[in-house]
Amino acid sequence: MTIENLKYRFDNGTPIQGATAIVGVLGSGNLEVMVEPAALGGACEIEVSTAARGFGTIWQAVMKDFFTRHRAGDIRISVNDAGATPAIVSLRLDQAIETFKGQRKT
Amino acid sequence: MPNPTEKIWDHERQRRNRKLSRAAAALGASLRDKVVPADMAVPLLESVIEPGDRVCLEGNNQKQADFLAQALTRVDPARVNKLHMLQSVLALPEHLDLYELGIAEQVDFSFSGPQAARLARMVGKNQIRIGAIHTYLELFSRYFVDLTPHVALVAAQSADAQGNLYTGPNTEDTPAIVEATAFKNGIVIAQVNELVDKVPRVDIPGDWVDFVIPSPQPHYIEPLFTRDPAQISEIQVLMAMMAIKGIYAEYGVQRLNHGIGFDTAAIELLLPTYAASLGLKGRICSHWALNPHPTMIPAIEAGFVKSIHSFGSELGMENYIAARPDVFFTGPDGTMRSNRAFSQAAGHYACDLFIGSTLQIDLAGNSSTATLDRISGFGGAPNMGADAAGRRHASPAWLRAGEQRRTQQPGIPRGRKLVVQMVETFREHMQPAFVAELDAWKLAEFANMPIPPVMIYGDDVTHILTEEGIANLLLCANAEEREQAIRGVAGYTEMGLGRDLRMVENLRDRGVIRRAEDLGIDKRDATRDLLAARSIKDLVRASGGLYQPPVRFRNW
Repeated sequence: MTIENLKYRFDNGTPIQGATAIVGVLGSGNLEVMVEPAALGGACEIEVSTAARGFGTIWQAVMKDFFTRHRAGDIRISVNDAGATPAIVSLRLDQAIETFKGQRKT
Repeated sequence: MPNPTEKIWDHERQRRNRKLSRAAAALGASLRDKVVPADMAVPLLESVIEPGDRVCLEGNNQKQADFLAQALTRVDPARVNKLHMLQSVLALPEHLDLYELGIAEQVDFSFSGPQAARLARMVGKNQIRIGAIHTYLELFSRYFVDLTPHVALVAAQSADAQGNLYTGPNTEDTPAIVEATAFKNGIVIAQVNELVDKVPRVDIPGDWVDFVIPSPQPHYIEPLFTRDPAQISEIQVLMAMMAIKGIYAEYGVQRLNHGIGFDTAAIELLLPTYAASLGLKGRICSHWALNPHPTMIPAIEAGFVKSIHSFGSELGMENYIAARPDVFFTGPDGTMRSNRAFSQAAGHYACDLFIGSTLQIDLAGNSSTATLDRISGFGGAPNMGADAAGRRHASPAWLRAGEQRRTQQPGIPRGRKLVVQMVETFREHMQPAFVAELDAWKLAEFANMPIPPVMIYGDDVTHILTEEGIANLLLCANAEEREQAIRGVAGYTEMGLGRDLRMVENLRDRGVIRRAEDLGIDKRDATRDLLAARSIKDLVRASGGLYQPPVRFRNW
């Protein structure tokens, strides 16, 4: 099984403060998301490592919607995917950003 | 003018009597009253089944006449051949072996679950001829019109020497099959798990039954409706919250049927928690046509449920059901009586809502579980998932759905059944649930079917629910709006990405599309903590130890 690596960068976000956060698990149909602070001049960089190849267009759309929802800048997001559906990806990204900001509802 | 007295009017009875005489000769002293020893099953079948006979082999969703199915594969194909098989479910390998062995050549059926892939291969090689694929009610109905069985091979829990049958909780299809066969001069043979002096209750009267065979092994029962709460995902919890708040509460749905699967199991497990927290106890989900889903236990225990009539039983639920006769239909002996024909009719005419999953939905809302390499059939979903045009009694949910439809299609006041398709936009392995063309079209061409095998027609569907929201098709003015409403909840599938953003936003403003946030649902509240049971063990605990799950569901 070959892993596909995808990179996205969204500029002009609003810098957010927080501490490194990891949510999710690397189990089949699931994924692990890590959010770290990074001095990127307001940008948000996302790196995806996925076992499911050929879904770049969908990842692009999911990430663009995520950035539009939060407009969070100065963060680096690493995604380790084991075949999660876009619904799970969106949910984990939202959870990760809330955890990063330390205000995730429990 | 021919003399009426010369015309023979009892060919079928004469044929039946010839069959019975042959059986008496073949069985000799081994036949005592109606009881035939297991090792004489094959000679019995060879005596009473003639070439070309229509043979109904009982194989239901749960209960299987598996001993008789095996015996039928061992008859001499030189004596017994060209059979026309009638079956609710093609479930066992033996069911298809009959065609390779040259014993049977045509089948009319409803559902083929576990044999779907092999059935497709055999159709491709012209090894089997499919008459038609039916819904359950449709197939039972034809037993009384043009597909009356000449021989019925059924399964029961116990029998006495006079042929009275006790089917126990898994009565399922047996009454429909036996009635059609016995009253049109057919032959009824039952395999039974045990012979008794007196059956606990009579589910099938003995004079409708010709032979009973004590089976060496109890008949197989599939725990088809058990879903382990441990496997319910947060997305399914979110979708269940939307179903409860956006549909059940919205219409005040009291009478309903749930399809099989984790999506609906999640709804069941949210009734005593999320639905109760919304103040919906007593206002939704009181009366059901439903198999005894173990995931219903917490809702029943919480007092949500007044009544459940079942198509069949569910393995492990017997003692729990027997201890809750106010909820389930039970006999004087204490055990449940199920009946697929009546429960299907109940789902069709007496329920205000059906909700279930599917594999593919097109842009007109047609849905199908057919794929090119599997001929899986329909089961009961098309009856549950259809607006019964013959319904006349009113209920608040039915009237409200009808009113919504008339905002777009004026007409005389009438109600409308709620038919909800609940799907995640992508299934496992990133298979999109929304497609431009259903695989059913290709399957129809491949298998030479007159029409594509559509599970639920788009014009019967009222709502499509995905993790992205609810599309209310009742409120769509025309085909174009309908397409955009469907695209608007189709997520990141190609169909979803191809939406007209402005039209979708307009539909959302009009309440045709409602997202979780439009319903006041915070997605971050969608956690497994909301489930009233998070494991099979939790279900056992909720039942006070009455639910006894099959071994394969026990991990403790």
